[in-house]
Amino acid sequence: MPSLDDLKKRIKSVKSTQKITKAMKMVAAAKLKKAQESAENGRPYSERMQNIILNLTKSINDKSNAPKLLFGNGKDKVYLGVVMTADRGLCGGFNSNICKLAKKKFKEYLSNGKTLKIITVGSKGYDQLKRDFKKNIIEKKSFKDRKRISFFEAEEIGKLILNLFNNEQFDKCFLFFNNFKNVITQIPQEKQIIPANSQNEEEQPNNLSSYEFEPEEDEILEDLLPKNISTQIYTAFLENSASEQGSRMTAMDNATRNAGDLVDKLTINYNRSRQAAITKELIEIISGAESL
Amino acid sequence: MSKQFKFEIISPEKIIYSSEPNEVVIPSYEGYMTILYDHSALITFLRPGVIEVKGSETKKYFIEEGTVEFSNNKMLILTNTAINIKELNKGKIDKMIELNEKMLKEEDINDKKKFILSHKVEVLRMINQ
Repeated sequence: MPSLDDLKKRIKSVKSTQKITKAMKMVAAAKLKKAQESAENGRPYSERMQNIILNLTKSINDKSNAPKLLFGNGKDKVYLGVVMTADRGLCGGFNSNICKLAKKKFKEYLSNGKTLKIITVGSKGYDQLKRDFKKNIIEKKSFKDRKRISFFEAEEIGKLILNLFNNEQFDKCFLFFNNFKNVITQIPQEKQIIPANSQNEEEQPNNLSSYEFEPEEDEILEDLLPKNISTQIYTAFLENSASEQGSRMTAMDNATRNAGDLVDKLTINYNRSRQAAITKELIEIISGAESL
Repeated sequence: MSKQFKFEIISPEKIIYSSEPNEVVIPSYEGYMTILYDHSALITFLRPGVIEVKGSETKKYFIEEGTVEFSNNKMLILTNTAINIKELNKGKIDKMIELNEKMLKEEDINDKKKFILSHKVEVLRMINQ
């Protein structure tokens, strides 16, 4: 049984932990609001961009001559995984959820005989993946020192990926990030960004209004596709940072509540032992007095 | 007066401007172009210049680049940089001109970029007057 002093110290330490988690929760809540706003503001841009590209894709008849970014370079051997995580911990399952999904997919690729290359964005992802996939990681990026992630950072990564693609370092590229649904739910996602045209090929045979192009289709695509990569990455960044804050807020809220429960339990324990000590003393005094 | 159509300028960060104008003048790839109601569907690039939106209110935006889509009387401009001309003052423009001229002097830029940059400087000078 711990002594009264020990209990007292323990209560004090749990209380100060609670203070920290509470503060972190409040900070996360404030940041979340901002991050959520920018994630929501960023969505129209990437959606419309995809739409335009979809429309352009439809008007291309000669697929063999089309830009490689759109239909791939015909090979299916080397896969590049871009894993986007946070730079800081203490945000619940946020980082591990992405890494778990990424690891699962990576193992699938490897067992299918593909060559795997990995770029990690955010230091936590690197920490978690290096144990299993150290030799696959070709590049690690971290924007820890930047205060705000802007389009500029996304472009930096976009350029890196494009360079690799142009040098035929990989055939397909996947992005791993957390999609922000609401504060409690974030869904880890895999998204193929190169070649751009994979999933929604069959979808919406809508108004195939024949567009006028100025300049020609391929020239527009040539310019738009690289931009789209950066946009996709930027959107992923935004979704990720909103998810990170949301995840941290929930985690810290839980931690605060747990600390509160622990303090209650410890306090009861403390009072009981105090009472026990007093009773013991009383018994000693009384029995001493009786024996006189 | 011609009919109104939907118009939006969107950047990766936010929707910069949206309204229902009667007429929009854009600096498209091959020259200035006016879009009216029922224009045929169009996708094009923008080069540096001034977008002029004419509706119940007239607004002007300076843009450096962008992509335009027009279909079903909905117009969309995707751009990284759109600055309301009213927010630009002489000092800011001078700074931008200086920056661009510096970039022009660097040697490793290709002709296309050079063309765009020098065009940008030209447009900025014009606004400045």
